[in-house]
Amino acid sequence: MDFSVIAKYLPLYEKALLLTVRIGWMGIFLAILIGLLCAAAIRFRIPVLSGIVKAYIEVFRNTPLLVQLFFIYFGLPKLGISVDAEHCGMIGLGLLGGAYMAEAFRSGLETVEVIQRESALSLGMTERQAFFYVILPQAVSVSVPAFVANIIFLLKETSVFSAISLMDLMFTAKDLIGLYYRTTECLFLLVVFYLIMLLPASVLGSLLERRARFAGFGE
Amino acid sequence: MVEFGLLQNFGFDVLFKGSNMLRLLQGLWVALRISLISVALSIGLGLIVGAVMTLKNPVIKAVTRVYLEIVRILPQMVMLFLVFFGTTRIFGWNLSAELSAVIVFTFWGTAEMADLVRGSLISIPRHQYESGAALGMTLPQIYRYIVIPQTVRRLIPLSINLITRMIKTTSLVMMIGVVEVLKVGQQIIEANRKASPNAAFGVFATVFALYFIACWPISLLAKQLEKRWKDA
Amino acid sequence: MREEMDNQEVLLTAEHLHKEFDGTVILKDMNLSVKRGEVIVIIGPSGCGKSTFLRCLNGLETIQGGKITLDGETVESGGKGIAGLRERIGMVFQSYELFPHKTVLQNITLAPTKVRKIPRGEAEKEALELLERVGLEEKKNSYPRQLSGGQKQRVAIVRALAMHPDVLLFDEVTAALDPEMVREVLDVMLSLAQQGRTMLIVTHEMSFARAVADRVIFLDDGEIVEEGKPLEFFDHPKTERAQRFLNTFTYAKVEK
Repeated sequence: MDFSVIAKYLPLYEKALLLTVRIGWMGIFLAILIGLLCAAAIRFRIPVLSGIVKAYIEVFRNTPLLVQLFFIYFGLPKLGISVDAEHCGMIGLGLLGGAYMAEAFRSGLETVEVIQRESALSLGMTERQAFFYVILPQAVSVSVPAFVANIIFLLKETSVFSAISLMDLMFTAKDLIGLYYRTTECLFLLVVFYLIMLLPASVLGSLLERRARFAGFGE
Repeated sequence: MVEFGLLQNFGFDVLFKGSNMLRLLQGLWVALRISLISVALSIGLGLIVGAVMTLKNPVIKAVTRVYLEIVRILPQMVMLFLVFFGTTRIFGWNLSAELSAVIVFTFWGTAEMADLVRGSLISIPRHQYESGAALGMTLPQIYRYIVIPQTVRRLIPLSINLITRMIKTTSLVMMIGVVEVLKVGQQIIEANRKASPNAAFGVFATVFALYFIACWPISLLAKQLEKRWKDA
Repeated sequence: MREEMDNQEVLLTAEHLHKEFDGTVILKDMNLSVKRGEVIVIIGPSGCGKSTFLRCLNGLETIQGGKITLDGETVESGGKGIAGLRERIGMVFQSYELFPHKTVLQNITLAPTKVRKIPRGEAEKEALELLERVGLEEKKNSYPRQLSGGQKQRVAIVRALAMHPDVLLFDEVTAALDPEMVREVLDVMLSLAQQGRTMLIVTHEMSFARAVADRVIFLDDGEIVEEGKPLEFFDHPKTERAQRFLNTFTYAKVEK
């Protein structure tokens, strides 16, 4: 391995990492937002909307992100809906992740038993109080493992962004391999930079999971 | 005529030209074939690796742990690049894109499957073995009649889910040059650029739908089985 | 037992209560009036509707006919002011239903601080006094899953008491407990009865029912079949259905 080559490529990879992280986290933020709204629509059985939400979840959980991105980036402009590559990546990741997050939150809410709500009501709480003080906190800690797994999954999914010509890590690596044939160095940097992006998230995730499992329920 | 106009406006018309639709389906089959081979290999290897993982040997534990963590943290796309570009460079092998894909997805799928197998095996409570023993069963009998049937019930819905995940992940192979459904779609759009300027919508909407049709029934089946066996 | 009971005011009533679910009638034409300070034990075979009856009294079930009132105000599921009425009707469940994400003390003070809006310090002070009375003050910072079943149920009772309810409903509160823990919970309930609390108790503990009740109600197949003073009812049940039910609690000697 030639370290002078690595030093030369480093700034390109840094730039690509920043782009991936920025779009990735914006997409994840969007995914959480969509997930919460969808879970609420299902939980409160909002007519029509809850049906649409369920269909959306099925469609986006059963198709690959790459295909979704192609459809949004190349297909939708033909209907007059154009988004630039960065926003497309963000929206695509947000829509995909929203479907997964909605499932995580929904099943979290579902595991809190009906009688917990009733016991809160029997103490004179209103529905709203029962939801916010009793049901939601329990649902959140149940959802944490799925939530963490989803975030790691979505960060990994960012690796297809290059398909819509975003200059992310994959794009940079492929580009440099094609131009200069420094395959070893390029692939080495690729792995290192993905680890830089994913390891902290993974470690934080396990910490969060442990907290949710132990601190919340006193063990 | 109105209908035809609509088709054209949304670019669905190219699908009915020549053998375009057939070519798309053939492209989908390329992707599905890669996933099915990888799934079959993953399930077979995963059963073995998963059973090995329940052993209490510290070396085995450490090695499998590292293996699982690598798969957990590296995107499949990165692994594809490593195998496809890396092996040529380092070992001088010239793996085809399809073979690289099968290697990567099997490496990934085996880890996922093994983790499921291990999880299902250790989730059988101690007293299930004990009550088998209390009835005078031998250890092979306990496995044959008590442990394995219960493990399989937990495992089947989860491994069916692995199939849909594998199918979705296979869409990545176009990035290393496999001519699968997305690539075929691009070729069709290219070829009809003049005659059907809106083909991108029609073609990619169709690819979207094809993937959904391939995955959704499998997901439903997994959900159904999970529900049925949970109650039993 | 308490002769002055006859002059007491009526606190809780059910009139012509009718409840059905998916076309199946669960309660038919139930009439009951509970006086302040009265302890009523409801017994009956499983599936007879006794738990549903308690849940109706707390507005947790919708009813298809009749009326429930507390101090003249209508108790109605989803009705206006139902939260305020539930505040005055405490309920203890078979499965405890402590909030798993909160400590014992937080379980008890949650509703007083959020519903009655009393200051935290005051709520905690009262919670500790109540915990001391049931012998659990040292568990105040434990989480529910660190407690035994009997301890959980005593905390659940304290949690209901902290809302200063007018009536307490107990829904088979010892049915999920190991036998050696039943006593500690029943003792708490006995002392509440002695303090003159108004209570409706659904239970299978017959000797406890005999000791604690002012009035026993026997429910079968969704209707009140018989009611009376505990000694009369247990020793000389009038109806054949009640006799048959009470017989299931005795055993014939094994002939050898």
